[in-house]
Amino acid sequence: MTDIVATNQTILVVGGGISGITAALEAAETGKDVVLVEKRPFIGGRITQLYKYFPKLCFPTCGLEINQRRMKANANLSIVTMAEVTDIAGSTGDYTAIIKISPRYVNENCTGCGACADAVEAEFDNEFNYDMDKRKGAYLPYNMAHPQRYVLDPRVIGTADADKAKEACKYGAIDLDMQEETIELKAGAVVWATGWRPYDAGKIQPYGYDRIDNVITSVELERMMDPFGPTGGKLVRPSDGKEAKNVAFIQCAGSRDRNHLRHCSRICCMASLKQSTYIREKYSDDGQVTIYYIDIRAIDRFEDFYKKVQDDPKVKFVKSKVAKIEEDKASGNPVCHGVDTEGYNRYAEAHDLVVLAVGMEPSVDKDNFPVDIVINQDGFIEPDDANGGIFAAGSASDALDVNRAVQHATASALRAIQIVNRVAGTEG
Amino acid sequence: MADEMKMGTYICTGCGIGDRLDASQMEMIATREGKATYAKTHDFLCSQAGVDMIQADIDAGEVSNAVIAACSRRAKNEAFNFQDIAVSRANLREGVIWVRPDTDEARETTQEMADDYIRMACFEAKHMHAPKPSDEQSLNKHLLVVGGGITGMTAALEAAKAGYPATIVEKTGQLGGMAGRLAKKIPTRSPYANPAETEVADLIAEIEANSNVTVCLNSTVAKTEGAPGRFDVEIATESGSTSTIQVGAVIQASGFKPYDANQLPEFAYGKTPDVVTQAELEDLVKAANGDAVKRPSDGKEISEVVFVQCAGQRSDKEGHLSYCSGFCCNASIKQAMYFKDANAGIDTTVIFTDLRTPGSGGEDFYRSGQQKGVVFTKGVVSEVEPGSDGHTVKFKDLILDEDTAIQADLVVLATGMLPNSGVDPYAAEKAAAAEEEEGEEADKGDVVATVDVESILNLDYRQGSDVPQLVHGFTDSHFICFPYETRRTGIYTAGPVRRPMDIAQAREDATGAAMKAIHAVENAGKGRAAHPRSGDLSYPTFRKEGCTQCKRCTVECPFGAINEDEERYPTFNESRCRRCGTCMGACPVRVISFENYSVDTVGAQIKNVDMPDEFDEKPRILVLACENDAYPALDMAGQNHIEYSAFVRVIPVRCLGSVNTIWVTDALNSGYDGVILMGCQKGDDYQCHFVKGSELAHTRMSKIDDTLQQLNLETERVMTYEVAITDVQRAPKLINEMAETIEKIGMSPFKF
Repeated sequence: MTDIVATNQTILVVGGGISGITAALEAAETGKDVVLVEKRPFIGGRITQLYKYFPKLCFPTCGLEINQRRMKANANLSIVTMAEVTDIAGSTGDYTAIIKISPRYVNENCTGCGACADAVEAEFDNEFNYDMDKRKGAYLPYNMAHPQRYVLDPRVIGTADADKAKEACKYGAIDLDMQEETIELKAGAVVWATGWRPYDAGKIQPYGYDRIDNVITSVELERMMDPFGPTGGKLVRPSDGKEAKNVAFIQCAGSRDRNHLRHCSRICCMASLKQSTYIREKYSDDGQVTIYYIDIRAIDRFEDFYKKVQDDPKVKFVKSKVAKIEEDKASGNPVCHGVDTEGYNRYAEAHDLVVLAVGMEPSVDKDNFPVDIVINQDGFIEPDDANGGIFAAGSASDALDVNRAVQHATASALRAIQIVNRVAGTEG
Repeated sequence: MADEMKMGTYICTGCGIGDRLDASQMEMIATREGKATYAKTHDFLCSQAGVDMIQADIDAGEVSNAVIAACSRRAKNEAFNFQDIAVSRANLREGVIWVRPDTDEARETTQEMADDYIRMACFEAKHMHAPKPSDEQSLNKHLLVVGGGITGMTAALEAAKAGYPATIVEKTGQLGGMAGRLAKKIPTRSPYANPAETEVADLIAEIEANSNVTVCLNSTVAKTEGAPGRFDVEIATESGSTSTIQVGAVIQASGFKPYDANQLPEFAYGKTPDVVTQAELEDLVKAANGDAVKRPSDGKEISEVVFVQCAGQRSDKEGHLSYCSGFCCNASIKQAMYFKDANAGIDTTVIFTDLRTPGSGGEDFYRSGQQKGVVFTKGVVSEVEPGSDGHTVKFKDLILDEDTAIQADLVVLATGMLPNSGVDPYAAEKAAAAEEEEGEEADKGDVVATVDVESILNLDYRQGSDVPQLVHGFTDSHFICFPYETRRTGIYTAGPVRRPMDIAQAREDATGAAMKAIHAVENAGKGRAAHPRSGDLSYPTFRKEGCTQCKRCTVECPFGAINEDEERYPTFNESRCRRCGTCMGACPVRVISFENYSVDTVGAQIKNVDMPDEFDEKPRILVLACENDAYPALDMAGQNHIEYSAFVRVIPVRCLGSVNTIWVTDALNSGYDGVILMGCQKGDDYQCHFVKGSELAHTRMSKIDDTLQQLNLETERVMTYEVAITDVQRAPKLINEMAETIEKIGMSPFKF
């Protein structure tokens, strides 16, 4: 990785999710040198783990394929995976970033043939599927992973499995001596696109995510729908594998709540409306959906989608913040307790499966931010002159859906270009 | 091409290819049948040594057209990235050995599959030329911004800051637009507690001070012609004088107009001056100039203000807007604060159904409103009854589940936004389609949005004067991943003309649109395609002698890229073109081609497979697969070792829209037993990245039945499917189903 040439006219993009990809590509295709740094072994970020996008119900990998092709075709763009920015020093137009690169134990020789995965026996929780299933100790994170290069789990290093992997690879791609590396990179401007993570549902005690098998999160449901996901695309209950036909969605699970996330996460209403179509798609008229909500925030033309779901007689909307969820031990059914505020009726509804529409929190802890930058109390980066040549993109700046994240990232690419063009002007 | 073609074939035997396939036989096929100058085998072609071997041949002038017979064209691109030569990839890994069982029984048909892919790649390469930039235009960094509101001003300034000069054309006599009418704006910075200054005056000052931004007031765009990198824009002033400027790209920031509240008589709008819209309240606040706003009807102190959310919005009543304008909840909170901040004793009530204040700032602002004592009531207002001293707002309280009423000195209607989009080029087409779909009544909200429109851009384009609209009259993009892509290359819409939005989002949108405009001029200057085939240098040309001036290409181009010249021949406008090839697919006389993608590059592949005779019981199935979705799905099937029939031959196409029906008839005439077209979803929720390509292909193929009948062939032999990139299991299934169908109906009689 040390062969990357970066100058103070280079744009450093931190985070290779949809926002980082967008910013990197717009800048690179405009002729700028861009280095994209991604923590995971592949780029694409959270969208790779989504089954469908709202409101079109199309597949995220479709647009990602275009973006990956754009990346393959662009010589101005360098991608560094398994890498984290630990510090950025300097000032606008003249930054030095410290980047820690974790060993992949697989080099560029990898052809993606999969012989190492066949050879390795050890299995680990599959983080791509939120630990709902296992993957091998040598693995391709998912079908479309870019770069299309296998990864060796550090936990197999030093075991017999590591040697088996090395032996199985005919192309000298397994390098067991790879070490963690720290590199310095110059940059004129930085686009900070570290994105979001799902709020830890276990912290919402009354909802029993950590106690009740059949209470899952919205992001887990996305994985379950994927034919290559942990359930092979089956919509079933974790407790007993039975078909989950009566499904409840709990909105604002962790969001708009002083005990958890103060902010509204914006995406969750549309996400649950979208996911309600999954249940109807799987089970048609046998499917029954209940959405417990405070406000349905389907702004602008998303309203059309909301209306379509509202028109579905099998989808019920209950204006209520669910007070608690209890498990019916005999059936394994989660039972939602609360008061329907429209008319003030007390309810205790049993469902096959409860999906918590968990909120977005910024990926990087605000108390532990590696860069000196203005952050608001919710942990999102504020647009502030004090940030100099470091610009937030996407959901590092606010809870955003994909469309808005791309919009924001496109804008941030221009802000970074303004800086490097200024540097180029003063230098040339 | 003046240079002599030298074709080199490079066969990789790595990843099990050599174990499963006979490489020397493939070498022989490449040279004897494929007419390759030479064929070389390497056991690890993507290694440095393998790549060096190919590069050495290129450097020595030994190869102008190369065949890489290895993995999929989607794999190992960083290794097989050769400049200035034409490259064809034969997919022996994902497309052959990974989809076939490793058994003795399967060996022969698997080898035949590979042999055919070698033949096909050789013939594709033979007809390919490495594309070179056309030099049709040079770099023009100047941008046109239509509209001098907050969106237009932001776009112009942000572009100028990056070194791209901009000219703003503003219809009225001043900059500022609708935002200039506001007293304060919704806060855009933490702690999101209070209304903030609009900063419109600062922006205007910044524009005036920036020598890279030119402002034309009282002006409109009278004509826009040309293409990205070379637009000629005629600007007309109110006085009638015109001037022409050359720009590289266009940003349309023509904004919105407020909904006409006269359509809401039930809320007493027009019956009493005490019922106002949000925009009119801004006028009142500005006019009061820091003093308390008085009751318009009689100048009395105001003690009760009621805000009616979703007034004429989110409603399917005639004349109402069906969508949500997104900004009005926050706007009402802000306006309630105008009163509360001045006098906490004034009662302010917001009657809403869903309070929509998304994101980090929105929720804080909502909370701040609550803390300041603004009352939020979930209800639906049915009527405003005007009185002599105050008015009665009747509503259904949804929490208490009862009909009730509240008194108000002032009623503020949160009415929505209508886009200033110009004329939808496809309005007639859409109306006809809606009519055809029986019972499908056109969205009543849309009617409002499309009355009495004037063109904004006056494009001198074959396909209409403005940017196509999506829904509700907005010029939004259909794509979640690519929100800026309009269907007119180099023209980007921003702000509330694109989608309902508030100031904060409009400023982001403007900056993003400026980025896209800059992206467009830079790429046009280099002869490269814009989205989605970014960087592609190939572009369509046509053989004039053969052209019958039928206009199919000019009509079917999804991007309105093609005009007609005085002699009625097509002019392709390279930088407007997205390189999808829909024109090529449309052309009945097949005179349109790209350097590296043409009727011949695909046609020759189809014709040069080895066709077993009728009694061999080895049918042949041709699959033409969209390279962005169906082809990757088949690759991933390979990755997961999902088997499919060895009788299939897959050819990736840029878009199903580029499929010329001659390919299908050629295939049938040369003895293929079945043909499958795999494209993206069409219709309202289309996933086709060339918008209309897949739909056009489906239409064209619906007419293929006649041809089949003429040939006395069963219609099941040709199938067109919508296949998504996630159809990793389904795509192989469709292939296998075709194989079964052929088994049932028998082999094609057209074998020779």
